[in-house]
Amino acid sequence: MDWAYIGRVLPLYGKAAWLTFRTGTAGILLAAAVGLLGAAALRWRVPVIRRIVSAYVEVSRNTPLLVQLFFIYYGLPKIGIRTDPEFCGIAGLAFLGGGYMTEAFRSGIEAVDSLQEESALSLGLTQSQAFIHVILPQAAAVSAPAVMANVVFLMKETSVFSAVSLMDLMFTAKDQIGLYYRTAESLLLLVGAYLMILLPLSMLGTFLERRLRHAGSGT
Amino acid sequence: MPDLGLEVLWKGRNFIRLLEGLWTALRISLVSALISILAGILLGVLAGRKRSVFRFILRGWLAVIHIMPQMVLLFLMYFGTSRAFGWNLSGEASAIIVFSLWGTAEMGDLVRGAVGSVPVIQRESAEALGLKPPQVYLMIILPQAVRRLIPQAINLVTRMIKTTSLVTLIGVVEILKVAQQIIEANRRASPNAAFGVYLTVFVMYYLACRPLTLMSKQLEKHWR
Repeated sequence: MDWAYIGRVLPLYGKAAWLTFRTGTAGILLAAAVGLLGAAALRWRVPVIRRIVSAYVEVSRNTPLLVQLFFIYYGLPKIGIRTDPEFCGIAGLAFLGGGYMTEAFRSGIEAVDSLQEESALSLGLTQSQAFIHVILPQAAAVSAPAVMANVVFLMKETSVFSAVSLMDLMFTAKDQIGLYYRTAESLLLLVGAYLMILLPLSMLGTFLERRLRHAGSGT
Repeated sequence: MPDLGLEVLWKGRNFIRLLEGLWTALRISLVSALISILAGILLGVLAGRKRSVFRFILRGWLAVIHIMPQMVLLFLMYFGTSRAFGWNLSGEASAIIVFSLWGTAEMGDLVRGAVGSVPVIQRESAEALGLKPPQVYLMIILPQAVRRLIPQAINLVTRMIKTTSLVTLIGVVEILKVAQQIIEANRRASPNAAFGVYLTVFVMYYLACRPLTLMSKQLEKHWR
């Protein structure tokens, strides 16, 4: 193990890790927004849109991110939709994650007993008050473990971004192996960088799951 | 109507070649799935017993597999082993090893969970009726665990098929690589081929995975 070499390339990996973290976070936040909208459309049975959301969930969950990215990055420009690599990565992650997040939020909302909503309405709350103050907090507690699992899953999925020429951790490691044959050092840095991003996320997930296990009320 | 670059599919053997590429990807995932399911059942049954050392092995194995992206695991296997042991694993062999290691741990966990989900009273009642331990396991526990297990195992296979798309990045010539080759070869004649060909790949993956997802959902409903 050549520590001097590791010290020299450390900034490269730092930059790549920041790119992975930045694009991952942006994609995940967008995915969560898509998921909330999707779950809301399913819950209120919005005509037409509900069908579109269901179809979207199936398509996004039954195709690999890499194939989605190839289509967005190389396919869409041919019909005039051009994107830069970073935007493409974020959009791909949001497309994939949106489907998973919709499912997570939907199952959370469905898990709340309809009695809760009826009681809230009979107490004089309006539909939207009942949703925000009564249903959403309980649904959030049920959804949280699945949502956190999705967050970790999506952050790991960013590892294919190098395929659309984003200089992320995978790209940097492959590049260094190709240029200098520093296989052992590159792989160590690669694993270390991913651990630094993923371990805290995964621990947060475990912590939340423990905390929220008894959060449901009325049961 | 803009040029969607779909005509390139009907040129020569292009469409057949894409299907062959899909089969390469499916073959890798199906071989890995088969290994995972067999090894996972064994591991899960062993880990399901109380105070079993396999329980700790499974937990550690899962923790390691879960924290790293599949792509990193593929890299470690593909580049790492040649450096550490002097092996020269092909991309396909690396992929099968990584997916089997991943699948065995996941499958083991599913089996452990499914066996654990059968109420204790089932075992006790069977024993009270005079059945021997192997009989209890084969005739009482397994049939009930299997109902929970099969939908989850199908989901694991679906995930494996989707993950197999990564092997193009360690040099395996599968559907995405074939798609790239077709697009390159027809760059002049059909400049928009990238749209049509990647759309086709997208649809093919969907058609490969969707029936499995549907089957798993229906079985889950059916057995509830």
